[in-house]
Amino acid sequence: MKRRDFLKNTLIAVAGASIPLSALEMIDPRELFAAHPELRWVFLANTHKCVGCGFCVKACKVENDTPYDANVSRTWVERYVITKNGEIHIDSPKAARDGFISADIYKGQNPLALPEVDFAHGRIEKPSAHKGEFEKIREEDIAQAFFVPKLCNQCENPACVQVCPVGATYQAPDGVVLIDRDWCIGCGYCIMGCPYGVRFFHPVYKVAEKCNFCYHRISKGLKSACVTACPFGARQIGNIRDPNDPVTQSIMSERIGVLKDEYGTKPQVFYIGLNKEVR
Amino acid sequence: MKNHVWRPLFVVLGLVAVILLARLLIVPDDFSVGERGYMYGYHRIGNEQEWKDFKTKFRTSTYCNDCHEDRVAERVGSPHAPIECENCHGLAGDHPENPEKLTLDRSRELCLRCHTRLAYPSSDRKDIAGIDPQEHNPGDACVDCHNPHRPNLEEM
Repeated sequence: MKRRDFLKNTLIAVAGASIPLSALEMIDPRELFAAHPELRWVFLANTHKCVGCGFCVKACKVENDTPYDANVSRTWVERYVITKNGEIHIDSPKAARDGFISADIYKGQNPLALPEVDFAHGRIEKPSAHKGEFEKIREEDIAQAFFVPKLCNQCENPACVQVCPVGATYQAPDGVVLIDRDWCIGCGYCIMGCPYGVRFFHPVYKVAEKCNFCYHRISKGLKSACVTACPFGARQIGNIRDPNDPVTQSIMSERIGVLKDEYGTKPQVFYIGLNKEVR
Repeated sequence: MKNHVWRPLFVVLGLVAVILLARLLIVPDDFSVGERGYMYGYHRIGNEQEWKDFKTKFRTSTYCNDCHEDRVAERVGSPHAPIECENCHGLAGDHPENPEKLTLDRSRELCLRCHTRLAYPSSDRKDIAGIDPQEHNPGDACVDCHNPHRPNLEEM
């Protein structure tokens, strides 16, 4: 064998070996849909009905063992106050775990006065002496004000799953994106990859964490904890493949929107009463 | 070709063999490409069941009704009927074994979650009977005057 031939053959062999078999396999989305025609979980949130009581966040944190006092949550509620001069004020104090009990907008806390937190157990060791800063908004200046519940969108094309280097996060056959706590290495790529910011680092398990629509509840025929806790019906969960499901019927007949449609992730949390200020 | 040309190849083959062997030992048996292909479905299949087996703590009022029938019935027809017992009383879990006693929140702040008056034109919050917490008997507990199970002002 000549040196020239050796190099040439090596190049061809390497190029051939670098094409994974999966790249040659064409995946037809219709095939995937057909594989599970009977179940695809979706969520419907109503921004008119939501009053910002925060019972959903309280229930979620306890149900899913999210450290109650740590500043992380699988779901949260945002308040949007748009004044007549066009200013947009958004806040979500403590992820709205304790609701919105004041008309003042929470502007965050002085970073030098943060509470001392025992992250290993998710407890606040010493509460902050500083209550945070608030901005007063006069009632007559308000043009629009409403609450938006936020949670994982269980995207059809989840960006967070694509970036996982070890296969620890994945989409279950019914559309819910789950995290394998035994397999996650805690690299945090998915936390950065999610355009909606729903992922966070679990302070106790030291792995990525996110809302999974209460997978343990929905697969037993119960509703997600936040849906159960909501007294106003602002949060609903359903199966988009079932034409008789009231959630499916609402999604089909109402004027609905999704968050960050332009990212191409195909989010599956639908909102009634969304406007362009909501991000 | 001479031996020194082949030698690196044997080293590489040896490395590949070691890596494949390590992979065989480390990667769990049920690790496979799910129904969504490599990009979205590459995972340990057993993990789906692990999540399904996660413990349920929010038991809903049907569970409360097994023992506290009178209390659950008391709420029927009141504006607070749609509120789950556990929203205020705390999640039941395995009550009465664990926890033996629930952590009932009687605080003013609990009521203020809905009843601080916020006149928000594009939210149903404006339709809920609301107070200004600074003006309306500050410092007193709401439950001293109002019955949370029958909150109608006529029944006070």
